[in-house]
Formats: sequence, C-alpha cells, structure tokens
Amino acid sequence: MKYYDIVVIGGGPAGLAAAASAKRSGADSILILERDKELGGILNQCIHNGFGLHTFKEELTGPEYAGRFIEQVKELEIEYLLNTMVMDISPNKVVTAMNRTEGMFEVQAKAVILAMGCRERSRGALNIPGYRPAGIFSAGTAQRLVNMEGYMPGREVVILGSGDIGLIMARRMTLEGAKVKVVAELMPYSGGLKRNIVQCLDDFGIPLKLSHTVIDIEGKERVEGITLAQVDGKGKPIPGTEEHYTCDTLLLSCGLIPENELSRGIGVEMSPVTSGPLVNESLETSVEGVFACGNVLHVHDLVDFVSEEASAAGKNAVKYIKQLEAGADEAPAKEVKIVPVDGVRYTVPVTLNPEKMDDTLTVRFRVGGVYQNRYVAVYLDDERIYHKKRQIMAPGEMEQVKLEKEKLAKYPDLKTITIKLEEE
Amino acid sequence: MIKKELTCIGCPMGCPLTVEMEGSEVKSVTGFTCKRGDVYARKEVTNPTRIVTSTVRVTGSALTHMVSVKTKEDIPKDRIFACVEALKGITVKAPVHIGDVILADVAGTGVDIIATKNA
Repeated sequence: MKYYDIVVIGGGPAGLAAAASAKRSGADSILILERDKELGGILNQCIHNGFGLHTFKEELTGPEYAGRFIEQVKELEIEYLLNTMVMDISPNKVVTAMNRTEGMFEVQAKAVILAMGCRERSRGALNIPGYRPAGIFSAGTAQRLVNMEGYMPGREVVILGSGDIGLIMARRMTLEGAKVKVVAELMPYSGGLKRNIVQCLDDFGIPLKLSHTVIDIEGKERVEGITLAQVDGKGKPIPGTEEHYTCDTLLLSCGLIPENELSRGIGVEMSPVTSGPLVNESLETSVEGVFACGNVLHVHDLVDFVSEEASAAGKNAVKYIKQLEAGADEAPAKEVKIVPVDGVRYTVPVTLNPEKMDDTLTVRFRVGGVYQNRYVAVYLDDERIYHKKRQIMAPGEMEQVKLEKEKLAKYPDLKTITIKLEEE
Repeated sequence: MIKKELTCIGCPMGCPLTVEMEGSEVKSVTGFTCKRGDVYARKEVTNPTRIVTSTVRVTGSALTHMVSVKTKEDIPKDRIFACVEALKGITVKAPVHIGDVILADVAGTGVDIIATKNA
C-alpha cells in the first residue's frame, strides 16, 4: 500500500487545478491518477479557441489552456500516473487502481478529490428509432477522431442536438471538407453559445432547426439517411412535418452527464438534478474527506469556472487534512440548507456551514428556462439580502451569486438560504 | 442601400441586428440592447475576422501523430478556407512546442500558423 495526503481522480482541467491548488496550500504528497495517455483531459481534443478569458485574460485553445496547468503541475513537482484506471474507492479512502506496469495496486489517501469529468449522452439514452448502422457518433467521439486521430468519420453529416460540441464539430467537419446538412435541436432554443451558432453555423450557411428531432435512421451497414420531424410543445413529432436527409454520418450532441460510477461506489449522496454528488461549502461530499469539483460535480459551460471551483476543492482538502492531523475539534456541525426554487433548478453547494466557509462563497446555479429581465433573489430565512436584475438567463449559461461570511454571521439562527427568480 | 441581418454574439440574448450600409459605409445599426451589439455589428460588416484552428500531422512523437495549430492572430473571414487549404499535406517533425511557427504568412494573410500543443 502506498500513502498520499491527497489522491486526485482524473488529470483533466479540474484535477490539474485541484492538485496545483492543494500543493500551494501546503499538501506534501499528492498523486493524480489519469486513465488517458496524457494529462489535460478533454481539453486536448478541443482545439478551437475561446478558453481562458476569465483565468488568463486571453483566448486560448483547449490544448494551450491545459498546457498552462500541466506546466504548473510539473513545476510544483506533483506526482501523476498515466494510463491508470481507478477501479474503486472505499469510504475510508483506499483507492484501488490498475495499469500495465504495476498491475493492480492500492493507495491510502487522507483526502480524495473526485475530478472524473463527464460523458456524452449516448444514442441508447436518446431512444432514437431505426437501425443500428455504422456512422452514428457522439460529437465528442467525432472530435477526438478528427482532431487527435486524424480520421474523418464521414462526408455528409447531420447533427442532432445543438450543444456546443455539436456546433464546434459542424464547423470542424466543414473545414475538413464534409458537408454538414443540418443541425436539429429538440428544444425551442439552443443550448449552445450564441457565438458558436454564429461562427460555426451561420458563417458556413448551416441551417439550425429548432423544435426538430430525428425520428428515423436508415441504412443497415452504414447510415444512408435520416428523417427529421418538427416536434410539438411536449417534444412529440408532428405528423406531416417529416423531411428526409441523405447522409452517411449522424453526430449526437445531446447533453453531458457527470461520470460518477466511482462516487456511487464510495456511497456519496447524489443529486438527481445534476447527477453529481451533493456537496457542502467546502465542496466536500456526504463522505467526510471526499471532495468533488469540475464536471463530475455539475456540468460547466466554461473551463475557467472549472479551474476556479477545483482550486477551492484543493484548498479545502488541505484544510481538512490539517484539521485531521491537529486532532482539532470540528467546527460545530451547523448546517444551513441552500434551497433553489422558482426557476432555479439546483445550486452547488447544497449546504453551508457559516463557520467553515471562506470569507466569500460562490454559489453556482442554473435556471430551468429562458428568462428575460428577471431578478435573482437571495433570502436568508425570510429576509431578502440580494436582488439583482439579469437581462437574460438561459439553461445553457451557469449563473452565480456570492455569499459573504460577515453578512451571514449576523444571522446566528439562520436555517435556510433560498435562491430564486423574481419578476420584480 | 443594403440591409444586412446579424445575430449579436455578445451574450445569450443574441439580439437580431440590422445594419444599413451605403457601399462600405455603415449608415445605421438597429436591434441591439446594449453597446456591444452596435460595436459588434460595425466590425462584423466592415472587417469580419476569425481565429482559425486546425491540425497538422507530426512524425517522430511518441505521444501523437497529430498536433493542433491556430492562426496567431485573427484573419479575414473570407480567407478561412484558403487558410485550411494551405495546411493540407503539411507534416512537421517532433519535437514541437506550443507557440512554434508551423507555417509563416498563411495564404498571404501576413499571419503565422503556430502550434497549440507540445508533441
């Protein structure tokens, strides 16, 4: 058995930032376990630019953004293992992993940081009727094939779902000589950034069909065509609106799901809304000393916020270890619930301990629909302490509010913090 | 007078913008909710530019056989395909470092193509 202060599961943007921050906060021994052959995670295949405006005040490509954090991890001499798959994590923080050189091995950690990221929703989860021919890819798989393997998945493409990866791939495949015929989106609005709709679709004359979905896939060996139909308010296809497209490739960009098999194995409590662990102000899960950050916690739209969140998780994990070693009494287990209502779908974190929180705590959340000119309101029990207008809020854009420790200290009997949308 | 329709990319609002032009001169911009829309529309109709990203082959790297690249600065939008065309068939030798010039003055734009990944 090997022993480390902190074991970080995953060497993508969240894992890298968490490890770097933990080292800077004073953790001596940190180990990052990464299943791919290099650090950087999904950023390595995101070769487009637009990353890092918040963190570095410049627009970087994915590999460049990852490169900056990989440099930090190397400069800080943080240990990492590549090609290493974590199989299990026990509640007392024994991490079981395996790779080709060491076989199966165990690592005892004092704290574990979960940073496994997320996965794309697959065809199986979408229930699209039709045959199962070759030529159906998730947008991210196609992205990896084109950008890292140098392989074009097809020539005539239809994309279902207008998530950012799908939009980015519409442009990428077009630049590589494919004909992208249409992007269909089930919802009446796109989940992708406006910038991507303009620069990836409009720039190349690719139509975006809102409230449309794929109702049939043709072709037995290889995709030969698909049928699109308009859907009603409940997402049901409207008869008579069918349109046929010949294509050899169908890309799916229909949402991301946090990858939490390991988290479930430890027994952490999960949120049915985010599919990620429920965490407190320290980004600590229901299992003491197990922290979560990045897309495994909730799917982000900007990597900058992943880095920020992961840095907090790294710092908090060190705080936890120091307290553990000092044998210091835990701060009294006072737990204030953070409750999302009236248009707010979820919050991260879901509870906070005013004694343990930093001077400022960022609470991130998403709204359930597209709202214009609504107010975000924060209530401490019945008293409204924050009320600010947002010109536009949409499900695809993560929102945040900041809570101040000093302010909360004035409410010693505080039980519930409510975050909601108000019309005025 | 020519009318051009655009979607602002400044925020999720995506304001529908209408630009009226006399030759290459912008006469009016309407439809924006904030100043960003006005600024975006004027740039977009007179001098639209983009950063172009792609990949080229690399030999001699244990890690990969593709390396990602980008235009060091933005290039005119109507040069995007010429830029991608110029990158076809290029193979570089490892080691490659982030920031290395892969192709100078791509497609006569005066802008270099640089590597965005180590290989």
